[in-house]
Amino acid sequence: MSLDLAQVLDVLNSKFPQSILDVKEYRGETTILISKDKLRDIFGFLKEKFEFTFLADLTAVDYLEIKSPRYEVVYHLHRFGPDCEENVRIRIKAEVSEKDLSIQSLTPIWSGADWLEREVYDMFGIEFTGHPDLRRILMPEDYGPYPLRKDFDVRDREASKESFKKELEQGPE
Amino acid sequence: MGVNSSPSLGGDGFVTTTIESLANWGRKNSLWPMPFGTACCAIEMMAVFASRYDLSRFGAEVARFSPRQADLMLVSGTITYKMASVCRRIYDQMPEPKWVIAMGSCTCGGGPFDSYAVVQGIDEFLPVDVYIGGCPPRPEAVIDAVMKIQKKIEMEGAPIV
Repeated sequence: MSLDLAQVLDVLNSKFPQSILDVKEYRGETTILISKDKLRDIFGFLKEKFEFTFLADLTAVDYLEIKSPRYEVVYHLHRFGPDCEENVRIRIKAEVSEKDLSIQSLTPIWSGADWLEREVYDMFGIEFTGHPDLRRILMPEDYGPYPLRKDFDVRDREASKESFKKELEQGPE
Repeated sequence: MGVNSSPSLGGDGFVTTTIESLANWGRKNSLWPMPFGTACCAIEMMAVFASRYDLSRFGAEVARFSPRQADLMLVSGTITYKMASVCRRIYDQMPEPKWVIAMGSCTCGGGPFDSYAVVQGIDEFLPVDVYIGGCPPRPEAVIDAVMKIQKKIEMEGAPIV
């Protein structure tokens, strides 16, 4: 059974009237901007009712000096066929402001969100409430800055050097 | 070294040498590399070990993935700060005497990665004997580096002229 995306949007609008902020259509790609308060409900609803069973990607963008609120967390959902021509993808964004760097975790819905959220936390410092194990995943655990923030100098190696020095002194666990 | 085959000394002949040069001769012809490959240079390193370029012609084909049994560390590939502590620890675990080859521009100086995560040359934390430039270097260049190491081993303990 194929899926009509316009119908999904209608149902979403009537079920979460305050939370669907914007819908954009560009080159056949649909992007929905939602508010972060109802995040988990909306994703749970999309998964249960419309069978968007696959969280294809989860990342974030820093819009420093371009717009406020500063961060956007981006989710890509995929709905399988059943025929491959009937696959549907949607992109969902939620804004996160600099003052309140937290957003609901999607790990109760997709356990695969675990490492993706850890990566966003590692690179942007956005905290996912309800995450089972929110630690840095790429950088050393005692690393200070958040490297993908636009106000971080990519060539700044001081924090890396410090973590490295500490690691050498302490040795393996 | 000298060869002696006088009948008064047994006839079959024997070699006179010094302990140092005998040990150096043995060491330089049986280098056991510890391949520390982290990126694309490691693929080229495999080519060096394989039959076309065949590093075993220089006695260095027994790649030991245990640092305890190796005396030549071949660092090939981008080294990040997180990997650097592992790299240093493996070097520390190798028994003396030991030598290090930095293979490729990443290990020599960070390569194209002028970033917060990448070490700008492994000589920040390791004593390097031979640097090989290139991205990645040709297998011949790696063989040249091994021969330079052999030459260096040969000179060990020799008087400085």
